[in-house]
Amino acid sequence: MIEVNELTKRYGDTTAVRQLTFQVRPGHVTGFLGPNGAGKTTTLRMLLGLIAPTGGTATVDGRPFRDRPRGLRHVGALLDAGDVHGGRSARAHLSALARSNRIPYSRVDEVLAEVGLSGAAARRRVGGFSLGMRQRLGIATALLGDPPVLMFDEPLNGLDPEGVLWVRGLFRRLAAEGRTVFVSSHLMSEMENTADQLIVIGRGELIAAESVTEFAARGTRLTVTVRTPDADRLTAVLSAEGAAVAPYDDRTLKVTALSAARIGELAFHHRILLEELTPQAASLEAAFMELTADSAEFLAGDSR
Amino acid sequence: MTPTTPTVALAPPAPRFVDLLAAEWIKLRSLRSTYWALGTGALAVIAFNANAARVDASDFPRFDPRMRANMQWLALRDAFSDGSAMILILAVASIGAITVVGEYSTGLIRTTFTAVPDRRALMAAKVTLVTAVMTVYGALVAGASFALTQAILDTRDRGLPLSHPGALRVVVASALLAPVCALAGMALGALIRHSATTMVATTAVLLLIPTFITDRYRWTAAVKHAQPVNAWTRLTDIAFGHDPFTLVPRHPATVTGAWITFAAWAAVSAVVAVVAVDRRDV
Repeated sequence: MIEVNELTKRYGDTTAVRQLTFQVRPGHVTGFLGPNGAGKTTTLRMLLGLIAPTGGTATVDGRPFRDRPRGLRHVGALLDAGDVHGGRSARAHLSALARSNRIPYSRVDEVLAEVGLSGAAARRRVGGFSLGMRQRLGIATALLGDPPVLMFDEPLNGLDPEGVLWVRGLFRRLAAEGRTVFVSSHLMSEMENTADQLIVIGRGELIAAESVTEFAARGTRLTVTVRTPDADRLTAVLSAEGAAVAPYDDRTLKVTALSAARIGELAFHHRILLEELTPQAASLEAAFMELTADSAEFLAGDSR
Repeated sequence: MTPTTPTVALAPPAPRFVDLLAAEWIKLRSLRSTYWALGTGALAVIAFNANAARVDASDFPRFDPRMRANMQWLALRDAFSDGSAMILILAVASIGAITVVGEYSTGLIRTTFTAVPDRRALMAAKVTLVTAVMTVYGALVAGASFALTQAILDTRDRGLPLSHPGALRVVVASALLAPVCALAGMALGALIRHSATTMVATTAVLLLIPTFITDRYRWTAAVKHAQPVNAWTRLTDIAFGHDPFTLVPRHPATVTGAWITFAAWAAVSAVVAVVAVDRRDV
């Protein structure tokens, strides 16, 4: 259980995190979303006691993390895959960490095998690792102490599609085991297949803390793509039902304000052949963009 | 009877300082650069000393009788020459600094502090380990230098045993120069946290600034004598006050003062290294 209460961090005139309050419960994968510069990393670092808050509290299982003499059995964290010394082998890196926390060395081999870095890779110097391999090592580090709480900062960066799939499965499994899994990302699309709870922040402030389903419902304009040889007739039928229909090409329509199920039903009723009926999966992304548009720190083409 | 839950088995084991020491030992010995730095440093120091002895041994037939009478001072000077002391200071201060700065510059420090939130205990372990390793290293380098230089001078029958008055002080002072300067490097590294700047700072503080301070006035002499390199010079100058060719300064350094300088630098540096990292954001 992660509890953040009125958490604030100021650097001079800049406020990185402003009176942030939220909880992350065990048994779920909770996504921590926000555009670049929203304060996600700052929040995670305050949770881990690496930087001191200007105000408010951040606790893990009821205690500030810095009060723990040793950390790995309480919280596993991957902040930045680059937070290793390139001159050491993966195994030496993990062995030193394991030893400092009285974790048996056999656990080092276990986690290396779990992340797919056993054998020759474990003996190679980390400096020669690809970003994906470093991410795997970072995940191995987080798993080392078999902790009840896990935090990952942008863990999917640099992973290949197989790696992404594996990480998603791993997060779900860790949550199913009753652990608290807190995963930050600046991409909604990364979260929609992974997280079931969301904490969304922008410019250091809380925007939303709810389930993915609730969050998706915020997407005001749900779009359905329909392909039919009889576009004109379908347009008339759907428009009569109150839908907004925009032709995409001569066989494809973009329909808003009507569910895919209802469109199918109407087409069946009027004996119109449908070749494709696709609810737009980007609705979550759209909801995210819509919500954070006002709070994005750096906008492309920004004319300020 | 209610079944008892196995809470004891789930509780994490009590934290031990020895685990932190062992972890720091793994870190130190798993870096190739450690061996390179220690190895080349040791070779350079021993080679410089051996060369000083070789030069004196080869010049010996040309020494006049008064110089031959004072040959013991020269033999003790060759046992650990000024140049070697400078190399040793640079090498150990850099290695000491890198044990701290290396973690900051790579970002490893965040992983380390996440594993061990008790930063003071962690730094205390680092300081303890570096002190131990550097003391052994200094003893090996100083001992090997003494044995080799005296063996070379023995070719002229002028080598000294370790039991010769002052010989042990030369070896011990030179050996302890290693941990004292390594700790100073760690302290500066913990304060500065940036590789290149730390290297410049250690060189300036340990070697450059001490040479600029005069011992002409009482207070500047006190500052000068409180520098590790000058303390080492005083401790290894066995001829001090006996050599008819050297003027004793107006405000002379004392052997006791020099030992205190060593101890004070070690202690203050250790405290700075432990305290400096405790409250700062990483």
